[in-house]
Amino acid sequence: MQVPILKQGNYLIASVQSALSDDDLRLLRADLSDRVGRFRSTGVIIDVTALDVIDSFATRTLQSVAQMLKLRGAYTVIVGIRPDVAFVMVQLGLTLADVGAALDLEEALANLNLRRRNLHEHRVMHIGEAGGGSRAAGAPSPPPLSRAHRRRDKDEQPRSGHASPRSVEHGR
Amino acid sequence: MADESRINISNAGEIVTARQQGRMLAVQLGFDGSELTVIATAISEIARNILEHAKDGEVVISQCYHRRKCGICVVARDFGPGITDIDQAMQYGYSTHKGLGIGLPGTKLLMDEFHIVSVVGEGTTVTMKKWRH
Ligand SMILES: Nc1ncnc2c1ncn2[C@@H]1O[C@H](COP(=O)(O)OP(=O)(O)O)[C@@H](O)[C@H]1O
Ligand SMILES: [Mg+2]
Repeated sequence: MQVPILKQGNYLIASVQSALSDDDLRLLRADLSDRVGRFRSTGVIIDVTALDVIDSFATRTLQSVAQMLKLRGAYTVIVGIRPDVAFVMVQLGLTLADVGAALDLEEALANLNLRRRNLHEHRVMHIGEAGGGSRAAGAPSPPPLSRAHRRRDKDEQPRSGHASPRSVEHGR
Repeated sequence: MADESRINISNAGEIVTARQQGRMLAVQLGFDGSELTVIATAISEIARNILEHAKDGEVVISQCYHRRKCGICVVARDFGPGITDIDQAMQYGYSTHKGLGIGLPGTKLLMDEFHIVSVVGEGTTVTMKKWRH
């Protein structure tokens, strides 16, 4: 079953519906990777609330999706790992490196917004984050300047319209 | 529902079916929420091994008794290549297929009883049980 992907502001939200087959996962990985490039998403939320089991295969796959997205410049947050599932994952010694985790969508968005703000402050010291702090967690705040604008600001590179991989030094 | 369910494993969807059947029987036997997830995960790992390492096989899930204990019994059987060195395969992190190598040792840890019999060129059978406490 294909995984629906929703675009919300700078982020993508993928809701895993049931157990994923290898093909579904390959598709999800390619889809997310493609859209991260197309929409310049800085964060991807993978909602696994519907998964009753996260075994070693699922863990390895989620990990590989997150690693791929990291190389594309987006940070991944996994949402909705059930308590029982988390318990079994701990027993099995299954971990997810370089991946954020949140209890629900709202927390995940807040997590990504915070991350974004921190990165932004590090990168563009001379541009203030006007109003960024007062926004509700549920609604991702628009960037003060468009991504393309910021880029030009920094490195004067002409940007082509289509999705080209961002340079890694701008990743995390 | 019958006391035994037999699920062919030849694609990923059937792995899901197997763990759902296991969960259903475990509910009927009175296992609690977190034990259900433990059982479903063990079935998932072992069914995944059939698909990944032997292409196809079957999972048979039934209830079992010992003295006054009642539990769930899962048998996973395939006629695949078999395992050359079971001790090695049971080591945490050992995988011949770039997997995490957690399936066999992890499943043993999750269940109360775990037996594996494998003959190279003939196939592999995993029998595992979880008792209701
Ligand atoms: N049903 C099987 N048939 C053949 N080989 C198997 C089977 N199950 C497991 N193995 C072997 O045992 C190894 C360890 O299995 P496991 O712990 O599940 O790790 P993984 O599946 O991640 O490789 C596998 O890499 C494989 O070589
Ligand atoms: Mg395995």
